[in-house]
Amino acid sequence: MVASQAPAFLQIKDVVKDFSGVKAVNHVSIDIAKGEIFALLGSSGCGKTTLLRMLAGFSSPTSGKIILNGQDLEGLPPYLRPINMMFQSYALFPHLSVEENIAFGLKRDGMPKDQIAERVEKMLKLVQLGKYAKRKPHQLSGGQQQRVALARSLAKRPQLLLLDEPLGALDKKLREETQIELVNIIEQVGVTVVMVTHDQEEAMTMASRIAIMSEGNILQIGAPSEIYETPANRFVADFIGNVNLMDGTLIDDNPDHVIVECADCKHYVGHGITGTEGMAVSVAVRPEKIHVTREKPDGEYNHVRGTIKDMVYFGSHTVYHIQLGSGLVFKISESNVSRHRDDPLTWGDEVWASWTPLSQVVLTQ
Amino acid sequence: MSPQAVLTQLRNSKLLSGRSAVIGVPYVWLLVFFLLPFLIVLKISVSEMETVHFKDLLTYKDGLLQLTLKFSNYEFIAEDPLYFKVYLASLKYAAATTLFCLLIGYPFSYFMARAKPSIQPALLMMVMLPFWTSFLLRVYAWKGLLGENGWVANLLEWLHVDHLLLALGVIPALGKFMNSPFSLVLGMTYTYLPFMILPLYANLAKMDLRLLEAAADLGATPWTAFWKVTVPLSKAGIIAGSMLVFIPCVGEFVIPELLGGPETLMIGRVLWDEFFSNNDWPMASSVAVVMILLIIVPLAIFNKYQAEAQEARS
Amino acid sequence: MNGKKPPIFGDAFNRRFGKAWLAAGFAFLYLPIIALVIYSFNDSPLPTTWGGFTLKWYGKLMHDTEMISGFWLSLKVAFFTACASVVLGMFAAFTLVKYKRFTGRTMFSGMVNAPLVMPEVIVGLSLLLMLVSVQRWLGFPERGAMTIWMGHLLLGLAYATVVIQARLQDLNPQIEEAAMDLGAKPHQVFFLVTMPMIGQALASAWLLTFTLSLDDVVLSAFLSGPGSTTMPLVIFSRARLGLNPSVNAVATVIIVVVCIAVVTASYLIARAERQRAREMAAAQRAS
Repeated sequence: MVASQAPAFLQIKDVVKDFSGVKAVNHVSIDIAKGEIFALLGSSGCGKTTLLRMLAGFSSPTSGKIILNGQDLEGLPPYLRPINMMFQSYALFPHLSVEENIAFGLKRDGMPKDQIAERVEKMLKLVQLGKYAKRKPHQLSGGQQQRVALARSLAKRPQLLLLDEPLGALDKKLREETQIELVNIIEQVGVTVVMVTHDQEEAMTMASRIAIMSEGNILQIGAPSEIYETPANRFVADFIGNVNLMDGTLIDDNPDHVIVECADCKHYVGHGITGTEGMAVSVAVRPEKIHVTREKPDGEYNHVRGTIKDMVYFGSHTVYHIQLGSGLVFKISESNVSRHRDDPLTWGDEVWASWTPLSQVVLTQ
Repeated sequence: MSPQAVLTQLRNSKLLSGRSAVIGVPYVWLLVFFLLPFLIVLKISVSEMETVHFKDLLTYKDGLLQLTLKFSNYEFIAEDPLYFKVYLASLKYAAATTLFCLLIGYPFSYFMARAKPSIQPALLMMVMLPFWTSFLLRVYAWKGLLGENGWVANLLEWLHVDHLLLALGVIPALGKFMNSPFSLVLGMTYTYLPFMILPLYANLAKMDLRLLEAAADLGATPWTAFWKVTVPLSKAGIIAGSMLVFIPCVGEFVIPELLGGPETLMIGRVLWDEFFSNNDWPMASSVAVVMILLIIVPLAIFNKYQAEAQEARS
Repeated sequence: MNGKKPPIFGDAFNRRFGKAWLAAGFAFLYLPIIALVIYSFNDSPLPTTWGGFTLKWYGKLMHDTEMISGFWLSLKVAFFTACASVVLGMFAAFTLVKYKRFTGRTMFSGMVNAPLVMPEVIVGLSLLLMLVSVQRWLGFPERGAMTIWMGHLLLGLAYATVVIQARLQDLNPQIEEAAMDLGAKPHQVFFLVTMPMIGQALASAWLLTFTLSLDDVVLSAFLSGPGSTTMPLVIFSRARLGLNPSVNAVATVIIVVVCIAVVTASYLIARAERQRAREMAAAQRAS
């Protein structure tokens, strides 16, 4: 986002949506590149759907601008925007057949009949529903309906495709298969996508970049790995995946590392962060980056001692809950790399948990 | 203003005009044909008849603006015991009808809502069917059923119910059922029963039966569960049904005319007679205004319920 | 369920008492209708004494010019009432469902709903007095089919609005948004998507207002003029004088027509719904 670069394909500029005093969207700015799959991730009521509806044109920003491919969308009603949306409920027209549903938007554009037929056929092929062309929506399964909705929203070759909880209405198993299929189709077409979801797994697997939203604000924008490995603040660290958060004070700032003192241990953080001594910070460690041992690890940093309160066996891994001296409960996830552990841990065992100096993240807010 | 902003405004105003047409057409229609007539009734009720015309309320004569309001009709209604009795009787019969509709209709709707789901649409259709067929003819039919030698009259005599009815003073003599408070309330109950059943059924059918299982699980007997869970939850249906029966019954005309007698005067008939027989339009208007005052509270309750039900759905 | 305690009353009680109550209730509702039909074939001068089977009342009905002209007038009024009620009711229902905020919304919904319960004598009287005032002022309208239509429309609007509103509220608003998103202008959304989806409600609103108009006595009595006597007014004036076999014959004709229409319509709707449910189940299984 350097000023000298050409402007982004989709620019959301300082957009605010005010619902009688409540800012559902609060000064949000996002730049999205052409061909990108961008996800707005957050729990319900965070403003992501409001933002999506402003892109589609169903509501207009209280202030701010939305610019698509150089065109300001202000005042443009939904039916004049080069944007199409796949709705959460699919919103297929119940009285029209599959092909009529797909042709609906093309007819509104006054496209000649033979071209419409050609385009519809292409779309049906794309989503592999050729033999269902004459069926009505209620004669299709949930997964098939989802594909019709996708084909319908792609038929007009929109500049921007909006996906509202694209897989939310499918059951878990179908969702996993469909995620990949959906991304394949989108990449095949090469359309720019903004999707809204509350499911972090969905956002992680499908999107090239994610914006985390809460209470109308964007908390972090970044690639999935960035967001997971270097969360910008406590909220994001806690929202994405599991995390152990420890409050502490920065007591020693060195060029190559810092030392943070918490109630249960001292942290040696070995990657490039800096701050003033005496600053209150939080240290976050992901459960899968922690090891459990019976023996005290070497050195004086990056380990805690506690009692096993709980163990949950998941097959591929086991999660331990360890009660620390301060009362904090530590979550640790160990891969079950071999079928048996020589010396199995059990409830009430005194153990040590340790991690490497590069696996923590220090959060200042 | 930028050209784009002008464009926006133009579009918004266009959108607005489509919207105001949708709202405006029925709105204006109702204002002209529903609200305005009431104001005219109000005006005429305080007007003086001059042979065939009404005197204007406002007259301007010799530089003097004069407002003439004639309240004698209202005074007359207030002072004449006949009118008072008629109003009271109308409320009484309407209340009795509502009560009987509820007593018959509540268990009816209840059992309908708990019948096998597969036959419920058929049952519902059977309740609706009489509603679709002429109400006038169905009321007329009771004339034959309750008249001399009528099926129901014979049945009631055979069961000696007429002794009970006579003791209650709702029929004039043994074996005579027609033109009595009994036949009137029976006819009104019969006519308005579907209006009680339909909202109650709609309400009871969508009740979550697991609540009753929860109540039973927590130790409530079926009878307690019915009174503490089912009945309170169907309150909205009871209110809607009762208002749908009570309000129109107060002003009912056709049923008292066909099934009632000289003893069972109701306001609807009085209004009708003032208008059609006595040609006293101001008096008829005054009677109407007082009738509106009587039903205005139930009407407000009904409207509130109706609005709430509509909001709740969306 | 815990098995020991049936959820409501005892099961046996529920079944037996419930069935008996429903049966008695339906007997009450249908007894007058059955009596009307049976006595329309009664060959006795005494209306409540059975005197053998006859079709003579139906024969007389064919030559009953008063009744027949009343019938045609009623049919005409009912047809136009139903059409106008559905159009205005659609507007009103749309207003109540889609526009949550505009000045006078409470009054609007009050005015739409009030005729459902308002005693007809009041509505009839007030409308008549207004029409008389207008007539004195402008010289029209004369009392007749037109004024009856206006009164019936007031009633029909209320019923049509309730029926259409219920359906509109059940619609998924995303479907209309999807149409707009795909390039349909607001009026196209309405005609191409909304209308087809509420079609069944429009049809039942039409039928309901049609029968209401066909049946109305009180409004017609206030609003009719000389020479515009509707069928219910003819029936009413005869019924007031006492029992009249010709009324039974008319009643039977109406009842038979209405029953066939309503039962057929219900059957067709139920069949379509069953078919739909089957297809949905099949689609789920196939996937």
